Amino acid sequence: MHLLVCGGTGCRASASDAIVGKLQKELDEKNLQDEVQVVMTGCFGFCEKGPIVKVLPDNTFYVQVKPDDAKVIVEEHVIKGRKVEKLLYKDPADQKEISDSKHMGFYKKQLRIALRNCGVINPENIEEAIARDAYAALAKVLTEMTPQQAIQEMIDSGLRGRGGGGFPTGMKWKIASQNHADQKYVVCNADEGDPGAFMDRSILEGDPHSVIEAMAINGYCIGATKGLVYIRAEYPLAIERLKIAINQVREYGLLGDDILGTGFSFDIQLRYGAGAFVCGEETALIHSMEGERGEPTFKPPFPAESGYLGKPTNVNNVETYANIPVIYLKGANWFNKIGTAKSKGTKVFALAGKINNVGLIEVPMGTTLREVIYEIGGGIKDGKKFKAVQTGGPSGGCLTEKHLDTPIDYDNLIASGSMMGSGGMIVMDEDDCMVSVARFYLDFTVEESCGKCAPCRIGNKRLHEQLDIICKGKGTLADMDKLRNLSHVIKDTSLCGLGQTSPNPVLSTLDNFYDEYLEHVHDKKCRAGVCKDLMQYIIDTEPCVGCTACARVCPVGAISGERKGPHTIDQTICIKCGACMDKCKFNAISIH
Amino acid sequence: MVKVKSLADLQNLKANLQTKVDLREKGDSAERLVQVRVAMATCGIASGAKKVMEFFIDELEKRNIDAVVTQTGCMGYCYAEPTIEVKLPNQDPVVFGYVDSKKADEIIEKYIKNGELVPGIIPVNYETIDNNNQ
Amino acid sequence: MEFVNLTIDNKSVKVEKGTSILKAARSVGIDIPTLCYMSLGDMNIENKPGGCRICVVEVEGRRNLAPACCTDAHTDMVIKTNTMRVLNARRTVLELILSDHPADCLICAKSGNCELQTMAHKLGVREIHYKGEMSTYKEDFSPSIIRDMDKCIMCRRCEMMCNEVQTVGALWGVNRGFQAVVSPAFEMDLEKSTCTYCGQCVAVCPTGALTEVDHTNQVIRALADPSKTVVVQTAPAVRAALGEEFGLKPGTLVTGKLAAALRRLGFNFVFDTDFAADLTIMEEGTELLDRLGRHLNGDKEVKLPILTSCCPGWVNFFEKQFPEMKEIPSTARSPQQMFGAIAKTYFAEKIKVNRKDMVVVSVMPCLAKKYECQREEFATDGNPDVDFSISTRELAALIKGANIDFNLLPDEDFDNPLGESTGAAVIFGTTGGVIEAAVRTAYEIQTKKKLEKVDFEELRGLEGVREATIDFNGLPIRIGIAHGLGNARKLLEDIKAGKSYFHAIEIMACPGGCIGGGGQPLHHGDSSILKARQMAIYQEDRNKPIRKSHENPFIVKLYEEFLKHPMSEKAHHLLHTHYFNKKNEFIIE
Repeated sequence: MHLLVCGGTGCRASASDAIVGKLQKELDEKNLQDEVQVVMTGCFGFCEKGPIVKVLPDNTFYVQVKPDDAKVIVEEHVIKGRKVEKLLYKDPADQKEISDSKHMGFYKKQLRIALRNCGVINPENIEEAIARDAYAALAKVLTEMTPQQAIQEMIDSGLRGRGGGGFPTGMKWKIASQNHADQKYVVCNADEGDPGAFMDRSILEGDPHSVIEAMAINGYCIGATKGLVYIRAEYPLAIERLKIAINQVREYGLLGDDILGTGFSFDIQLRYGAGAFVCGEETALIHSMEGERGEPTFKPPFPAESGYLGKPTNVNNVETYANIPVIYLKGANWFNKIGTAKSKGTKVFALAGKINNVGLIEVPMGTTLREVIYEIGGGIKDGKKFKAVQTGGPSGGCLTEKHLDTPIDYDNLIASGSMMGSGGMIVMDEDDCMVSVARFYLDFTVEESCGKCAPCRIGNKRLHEQLDIICKGKGTLADMDKLRNLSHVIKDTSLCGLGQTSPNPVLSTLDNFYDEYLEHVHDKKCRAGVCKDLMQYIIDTEPCVGCTACARVCPVGAISGERKGPHTIDQTICIKCGACMDKCKFNAISIH
Repeated sequence: MVKVKSLADLQNLKANLQTKVDLREKGDSAERLVQVRVAMATCGIASGAKKVMEFFIDELEKRNIDAVVTQTGCMGYCYAEPTIEVKLPNQDPVVFGYVDSKKADEIIEKYIKNGELVPGIIPVNYETIDNNNQ
Repeated sequence: MEFVNLTIDNKSVKVEKGTSILKAARSVGIDIPTLCYMSLGDMNIENKPGGCRICVVEVEGRRNLAPACCTDAHTDMVIKTNTMRVLNARRTVLELILSDHPADCLICAKSGNCELQTMAHKLGVREIHYKGEMSTYKEDFSPSIIRDMDKCIMCRRCEMMCNEVQTVGALWGVNRGFQAVVSPAFEMDLEKSTCTYCGQCVAVCPTGALTEVDHTNQVIRALADPSKTVVVQTAPAVRAALGEEFGLKPGTLVTGKLAAALRRLGFNFVFDTDFAADLTIMEEGTELLDRLGRHLNGDKEVKLPILTSCCPGWVNFFEKQFPEMKEIPSTARSPQQMFGAIAKTYFAEKIKVNRKDMVVVSVMPCLAKKYECQREEFATDGNPDVDFSISTRELAALIKGANIDFNLLPDEDFDNPLGESTGAAVIFGTTGGVIEAAVRTAYEIQTKKKLEKVDFEELRGLEGVREATIDFNGLPIRIGIAHGLGNARKLLEDIKAGKSYFHAIEIMACPGGCIGGGGQPLHHGDSSILKARQMAIYQEDRNKPIRKSHENPFIVKLYEEFLKHPMSEKAHHLLHTHYFNKKNEFIIE
């Protein structure tokens, strides 16, 4: 028998160490230490109800366990085999205790569709993929469906593009299928560029076959025989796995001429990107593949009409493709029951920032931010206070406490002032300065704008400069108005999605954290203590004993004072490195 | 290598491979086939997964344990890389995080040999499409 | 033809399907401002990257504003071009552009002729609300063109001209974000790039980012030096465009005023490049007939077609891009260089002036001429045949600076002997003109018959590539014409691939020929100006008493007194040249 005690940061803070000790002690006393092992585990993610103790092999799940409960667990459960009812998790719906964790709703918070094979199969062995139904969907589509039927199935599934825009995939295919040409192309957009997002890389590294299969299905549907994967050269492992997979598929005859004897031919080539964020925009991506400068052009014409080499081209993102084979195997009606009214299926998020369980998660659309952060992500690091979550990367916005219970889907996120984007989710706590956060994203956009249109090229630069001025404490109230007007004009006039969304981090922080901006501008204060120019290190004369340690460590000689007398910091010289505060043994130095 | 030339071919191939996997997973033969999967995506490799994988391959052989060590993609627990999944015969797979050579040694000695769990388990908290039948 | 009906600023508009909102609006007198957009409709040249975002308008039901230049008009669209939202956006975007543009208008070469300045005036910008860092780049000097990219507004017109129209490929967008700029690859100097100095980038640049190298000061200094005899020659296309700089209607011929102005500027001799154009016909026409004769006699070695070589942009183009074909063009020097060579020998001897004391200035519609006159092969003991080449625009500046009221000048004649010319020489200024002039002379020499009709309409026009067969008394002569280097490339590639067969081909680097040259008054995207200049050129031809080069009495005299006969040894030495393989010049190591 095993007693698993959650050792996640959240549970540790609520004394899971003590629980382990007590359990061990109880077992020792009862002489059970050889039969029962107490094991500290990683985070269950269910920190709201922590600390958690799970009993194996019967999967009993105890929540909010206190050290003093150790005794009753050992005496009742271990010795007598009776579950301790008061510690069981109660179903919020009917308040009934659930004893076997396999029946707990908490396990249904995550559903892995796009990531179904990631971490399960060996990506370099096609046999493992086939054993888990790879290429069965392709076979089904090729042998049982006409392209029109297959497109209809995709439309019925309600799948929307996972790259950011959320355009209905089936509709995109339909439009591309209706344009006639001697050659058409299917392009997989693997130019993942949002800071902090890496789900596409993980899918290609963990399950390249799902993407290859979906591209072939896509080719069949729109009448294309050539597929291209536009992948950034910074993803060497994904490239290698994809190459291995493509070669294996070709050897098996599932790519190439006359696939499965159906007369349908399809093959895939790779194209490497040099890592420009804007090349995730489909027209820029196509120009880059053609060897031109990677910058967007005005749509229409859409790629479905005139894309790669002027031919009808369908571009979908990696995660979108990864969903597709399952949709054909389990049916559009299975898929469209998952999610919300207008956003079907699941979405993969890359959880990052001040959250305990940094990683990849996949949740059904409609899951709330609270569930993601507190029940999957394990809550905020070091027990700090949640402040905001940034979704949608540089195109997205910052959502706050009041948005925590909003079900996540394309439309809700846009209504809240952010967007789905490719699924980066960065959690911020009280130590994050929202003006600096906005400036961080603008820094990225300024760097990654292609420079083609004036509002994006110059406007974002000016936005960044304005934010910088505010962070330095030199902003005025007029600057805030300028920020807002400039943001709206950039959104309204930019050529492509990059500029049309780049001011979102500014607008959403202005909307949700106006008081923080005001503090920077009016009070010259940064409450998070991030903006160096607004900070002052001050020596409290009372605890200061005049040991001179701070004065000796100060690299710029800003600290003066008599030995054994109180010291002071000359603010005009101080560079705010913080060395003095680290050195002081008497906690006499603080930040203001 | 046989080319898959028709739907029937693919179905046969799948059935064969499935049986192979099933035999490995559910076979009640006396042999103790242990399966170790090492998450070898960029995140895992960056945290040292390659070393861990080599360690398992070498040590399991040295210690005469009949085991298959394979690589796989990202399991999603990037905060706890390198992560591995160990599946003992007739048991649910268990994921361990923060695995280094020392931890790997402990896993072999305690869990693989004796079925004793060791600290560092990552509780699996998701549903798969295989058991989702809405 | 399918039509769409829409509403713009409450006006109903009916336009052909596929028309842009911009054109639809302009068709009913709504003048949506544009900055990066440029269209030379008749020549199929259009720049609409949708980059400046000045032309944005509000389309009902659309989330964001639409660029009028590249959004098609659709049925039932309701468009507003002057709402608060549009006006604010338009002005904010312009302020942004101005915030990254040096405000040194007072001393800018383009001041008064700058489209950005005009736009700031039109939108009434009095303050720039968004100030900040400006992008800076190193200034790039080449023999003909100066690139001051601090003033670039990324309209991409130059890039479009350089790549799509000229297929030269010297200028591209480089870098990202705020540092994005148009530049030769790897930000190398223009001089090291594939640039041909055709100057079409300068001709379309809306700001002072691309300008010609200014040689007016050197000219003023030479004029002021009493020890120098300063001789000026002026190209045919100049007289058809110079008037525009003084407010005259495009297409106004100012030949007489031009000669008068040059004389008042103090040039000792006011000559005409047209004289040298007649000379070029003698040499080039003879060379054509020579090659043709040898070909007809079964000589397999002879290179046909013969390509004209008057255009220095074109010479640079084939030296850099088609060096393997460098034996095909005529070896005849351009009229500018023939003039210089004759002026500093024949004429200098006549007036007993040492060539070192003679300064030859040329007034050209062209920027590549600045580079051409600096070529080493066109100098004797380091003394160039042509000392300075100034553009039509620079001449206008000189005239204005000398307090000359151009419009009040009387009509005067050029000096002799190098000022007399024929109608054949005048038409050198437009596409098709050189070959027509050559045909007039070659026909009479070859057939020994008098031409009844000197106007060859079949060789005229503004089509990018034209072909015609001229009957040389039973001998069909196949002639090809291309203007714009992109069209030249097409023709060359067809020849290389054996797809077309010609005896002679005329190529001019600039769209329209010299009338559309990089040194001409700016057309600001109005192709009717180019047409008017072309009309003027043909009018001048008709006005001339003599219209065939070989009938120019001073040319006849020049051969009698000095050169003996076309392609003589002396002519070969002074009037012919050879070409170089310059392909490796721009390989990056």
